[in-house]
Amino acid sequence: MLQRLRESKSLQGTLLATPAMLWMIVLLIVPLILIVITSFGRRDPDGNVIYTFTLDNYVRLAGATEECQTLGDFLSGAVQAVVNPAAPTCFNSLYADILLRSLWLALMTTIATIVLGYPLAYYVARAPAKRRNLLLFMILIPLWTNFVIRVYAWMRILRTFDLLYTPEAVLIGMIYEFIPFMILPMYTSLEKIDPALYEAAADLGANSLRTFLRVTLPLSLPGVVAGTLLVFVPVMGTFVVSDILGGRQYVLVGNLIQRQFLDARDPTFGSAASIILMGMTLIVMIIYTRKFGLGEEVVVT
Amino acid sequence: MSSRRSPYLTLTAILVYAFLYLPIVILVVFAFNSSRQNIQFEGIVNREPCGPFYWFCQLFQNKDAMDATWNTLRIAVVSTLISTVLGTMAALALQRHTFRLKLFAETSLYIPIVIPEIVMGIGILVLFNAVFRFINTTFDLEPAQRLALGIGTVIVSHTAFSIPFVTLTVRARLHSFDRAVEEAAADLGANEWMTFRRITLPLILPGVLAGAMLAFTLSLDDFIITFFTSGPGSTTLPIYVYGLLRRTVTPEVNALSTVWILVVFVALLISNRVQRRAS
Repeated sequence: MLQRLRESKSLQGTLLATPAMLWMIVLLIVPLILIVITSFGRRDPDGNVIYTFTLDNYVRLAGATEECQTLGDFLSGAVQAVVNPAAPTCFNSLYADILLRSLWLALMTTIATIVLGYPLAYYVARAPAKRRNLLLFMILIPLWTNFVIRVYAWMRILRTFDLLYTPEAVLIGMIYEFIPFMILPMYTSLEKIDPALYEAAADLGANSLRTFLRVTLPLSLPGVVAGTLLVFVPVMGTFVVSDILGGRQYVLVGNLIQRQFLDARDPTFGSAASIILMGMTLIVMIIYTRKFGLGEEVVVT
Repeated sequence: MSSRRSPYLTLTAILVYAFLYLPIVILVVFAFNSSRQNIQFEGIVNREPCGPFYWFCQLFQNKDAMDATWNTLRIAVVSTLISTVLGTMAALALQRHTFRLKLFAETSLYIPIVIPEIVMGIGILVLFNAVFRFINTTFDLEPAQRLALGIGTVIVSHTAFSIPFVTLTVRARLHSFDRAVEEAAADLGANEWMTFRRITLPLILPGVLAGAMLAFTLSLDDFIITFFTSGPGSTTLPIYVYGLLRRTVTPEVNALSTVWILVVFVALLISNRVQRRAS
């Protein structure tokens, strides 16, 4: 047996990888499958899950109320809700609004962190090597103070400017929470650019704008892509920032899911909402990475 | 090169740094506020005991806060140890061996990066609830013996999301590893275990330590997964602070945040020194 183990590379590999894989299968993959199953279930009056196969939760999320008799009713209701929001229909836009709001907020946060973070990443990447470490360190410190504490830090400032419990407050909080995750990968790819390239561009007569557009930006794109992955996904799924800075009535998908599991006690509806959240996130990310590549080298290093 | 840098760039950089630090400075200043309501700054507190550090002393006498600190550290240490060992093993397997399901193993490493944390959190919650309910009813356990969410479930969950980060970090280090050193050791008569202990491990140690540090900070900082997998006795600091924020906030929370920031700052400084010495 020992002899076989010593000779078989494949057996060694399997044995080394098995504990980690088992751990991840039981705690990451099985839970995902369970959520899919739960989302097709129903809950009994005590809040327990009855495992059946019903699409009720998804129908409810889509906005169809009990007044919708047919699919046609629902579709015309949805169209009417867009064209003429005041008219009474069987379409309930509550959940569609929540999903769109989350998507919009994630997009705005991603764009804002790129716009604000890029100059800083560029500044640090082109600073003298001696000072670079310190500048980088200064970006890390806020990142390592706790997530919840960072939200709390904004509570008082936003209250002073009468912004607490507004959508703007949530956007500012999200930008603050996630901007380091955008700056760091952007810095990594900006720092890799050979300074000789800038000189070459200048020698060839390119002005600084042209150098930026034709040299710097394309070469730093992998960092921007990696940063987007690290910002967009968590913003779509978090509920702490909106909970504390947005107030009770500002609901994102994350808040919706959290409340289904804790206050409303309907895990089946919460599961359906998280399947939709996961689907939306994956679709956006796939479209985005198709267009810009994976940015993988930066994620790994 | 730096002389050609535009002043606008410098100005923007300064503004973004200010954006990063302003909230933290205000947070620390308010830890010395004399007003208990803590809405406006009403001068530096000077009350017995401890004078200006009144809120810090209150904090250290607060049993809930101290319990939460203790829980946070225990969870982080244990989950870091397990995930570092398992994650390093997996990295060795992925980098050096071919085996069945390798592609599956590689792909599953990216799950915690591409799937929103809240989805993983509720998934694990549903899993624990189902398993516990099954065990508790099958064996008809007494209320005191029933399995429930607690510090164990948090540790197990933190380990799960830390493993991929450790594996990816160690793998990056293994990538630049020269295997000729190991062959030389084998030629000199070292057996496999000895080669691993004396040659391989010391060489990949910086990667392993970096992975462990990542796992430790991920665990310390985690809110969402802990939120769904902790029980009444296993509150961690982030959960504790979150609970306070939804009620009234005294400067004690600021004192707590200040201590946290200081500890992180010192830890970062030390690790920076250690890393610089290692390289």
